[in-house]
Amino acid sequence: MSPDLFRDLTWLPQPPPDFSVHCRRLLDSTPPYGARLRALASHALNENQLNRLAKLMATARESRSDLKPLMPLRLGVVSNATVDFIVPSLVATAMRHGIALECVTAEYDQVLQNALSPHSTINRAQPDAVLVAIDYRALPLRCALGGIKEVENTVRQALGYIETVRAGLKAHSKTVCILQTIAPPAERLFGSFDRILPGTLRNIIDRVNFGIAESVCGTEDLVLDVAGLAETVGLANWHSPAEWNLAKLPFSNSYLPLYAEHVARLLSAWRGRSRRVLILDLDNTVWGGVIGDDGLEGIQCAQGDPTGEAFLTTQRLALELRERGIVLTVSSKNNDEVARLPFRKHPEMLLKEEHIAVFQANWNDKATNIRAIAHELSLGLDSMVFLDDNPVERNLVRQLLPEVAVPELPGDPALYARTLAAAGYFESIVFSDEDVKRARYYQDNARRVGLQKDAGDIDAYLASLQMEITFQPFDEAGRARIAQLINKSNQYNLTTKRYTEAEVASAERDPTCFTLQIRLSDIFGDNGMISVVICRPRALAEWQIDTWLMSCRVLGRRVEQMVLREVVDHAKRRGIRWLIGTYRPTDRNKLVEDHYAKLRFSHIGQDADGTTTWSLDASSATIETAFMVVRSIGFPKATDSHDA
Amino acid sequence: MDVAEIYRTLTDIFHDVFGDDSISVLPDLTANDVDEWDSLTHIRLILTVEKAFNVKFSASEISKPKKVEDLVELIHSKAH
Repeated sequence: MSPDLFRDLTWLPQPPPDFSVHCRRLLDSTPPYGARLRALASHALNENQLNRLAKLMATARESRSDLKPLMPLRLGVVSNATVDFIVPSLVATAMRHGIALECVTAEYDQVLQNALSPHSTINRAQPDAVLVAIDYRALPLRCALGGIKEVENTVRQALGYIETVRAGLKAHSKTVCILQTIAPPAERLFGSFDRILPGTLRNIIDRVNFGIAESVCGTEDLVLDVAGLAETVGLANWHSPAEWNLAKLPFSNSYLPLYAEHVARLLSAWRGRSRRVLILDLDNTVWGGVIGDDGLEGIQCAQGDPTGEAFLTTQRLALELRERGIVLTVSSKNNDEVARLPFRKHPEMLLKEEHIAVFQANWNDKATNIRAIAHELSLGLDSMVFLDDNPVERNLVRQLLPEVAVPELPGDPALYARTLAAAGYFESIVFSDEDVKRARYYQDNARRVGLQKDAGDIDAYLASLQMEITFQPFDEAGRARIAQLINKSNQYNLTTKRYTEAEVASAERDPTCFTLQIRLSDIFGDNGMISVVICRPRALAEWQIDTWLMSCRVLGRRVEQMVLREVVDHAKRRGIRWLIGTYRPTDRNKLVEDHYAKLRFSHIGQDADGTTTWSLDASSATIETAFMVVRSIGFPKATDSHDA
Repeated sequence: MDVAEIYRTLTDIFHDVFGDDSISVLPDLTANDVDEWDSLTHIRLILTVEKAFNVKFSASEISKPKKVEDLVELIHSKAH
């Protein structure tokens, strides 16, 4: 079966392959265990993995271990169905939301008895909240077809039953009740007419659900919209006749992780732990393409183009969230001016600068920028959600700032909005005047804020990426892509010289010319060709670095340092002593103004147009190695491969 | 799918369902040999098997297997 967004919670990262080993070792470490339990729970776990985690929690409890910073919460569960499977899933999933959940369950199908007797299991436990997990089978919903009076009576009785349960629990436990809406069965009697004819199950359940929603309005009680959940995944998937017959499972066990996630979300929102800030990456997240390379006309965010419309859908969701009080911010690796251009000048952009509270476009790592955003808004990192198409950025933030929620995104941008919505980070149980005002309060300036110190150990993260860098001279197989990069790269491009494919081919054949095509792969996959270098002879024992460019996607990963290492290595072998680099400023490449200075070249010249010239003595240069495996392939008269 | 492959997959499933990586899934293994193998866990086991092998069992089929060998045979008759 291919993964399904809802059933498999695909916005969460996959658990490590040795998940059970992580579980086993957890309690061998020093307490408190809360943060580590939460980290394990924050993966897309199946029912068996949730069970294992729940057992771990039980063991930790038995030994009275410190579960900080998880917040303790006691939940009663009453049901007309088997809840034995639900409880461990709830306990494990609650950890994902920072809750140390203790479940008290009533005996099978003893809903009313437990609610009404002050000495029942539930009422004796005095839970903080009670989940009234009943489905259509618990309610007296049968009646004659067609009679509106009788239907009204049936609906009144069903709502009356729920009301009695609720009143009993409140009287004896002073607890908050969580009522479920009713998922109608998938089977219809007439067909579409079921919706219309009073007395069909579908027609009655519609009315009951309306009544349930009305009854909690303005009270402290909550609704868990199980009907909505079942609709989302499909009633025929949700209800499993076989599983009901087998073990009285109220819905197909495949959806246990999803159901538990929705309960835990609601509990977390009830305890005031909703997230409030959405941090948006820009290139390939808010619009298609890279603004710095593709320019205003090249990016995709227009109606009429399916890719453009996909990104507009994401923008629309962000705007709708803003209207309900979620603060929008930006974190993008870009020049500030360039990043703001689409907001100011692109006619079809829905997002405008005035919608963005904090706008961080710079070349620093995103963890540091997210810290700055949190600081500026005076909100905790645990109220932040970070949306980025790049798995390397996502994992960096997850690793350095585990409090920030970072959804996995599918390959197709058409599903970004749905994925973000499905993740439910902004689940909330109220909508207040304050929420309305918040959007206005932050409407001003798309301000830019300074950075404090770096967020954490980037080196350890880079090492964990298991990068492999491959160097090759230009060849026929790479020629088209080399020409494409040469003609498209604007930002990380030192000289911005453009060459046709024929010119690339002639450099390839020229024995005096030294060329490099560079590829990078990491644990997330192959990034393909990400950098190109051309060196031409300038004087005796001198190379002029004619072209040096790199894809911004691999920025901040020490690729340029490794490229220089490779160039120096070949230079020495060919008796070249001096490397001469130039930086030719354009309106797009300010990013690499200090490229040669950072690589410890010496500044030797400056032209009136701002062009700077730099030199490096290859014979004495020592360039540190970075965390990656190096492969050199296809160079004449050299060993074919060496490792750094 | 050959029987050896079914045993390999079942071993992972048993470890997951019972939360115990030390269980050896051999033909003669029965519910009596595994502490946690009660009626509820049996259902969890069957549902996990259904998902992993992409097969469905009827209610009467689920109650039949008395030992692992029977379960393997049942899977073998359904999985392709």
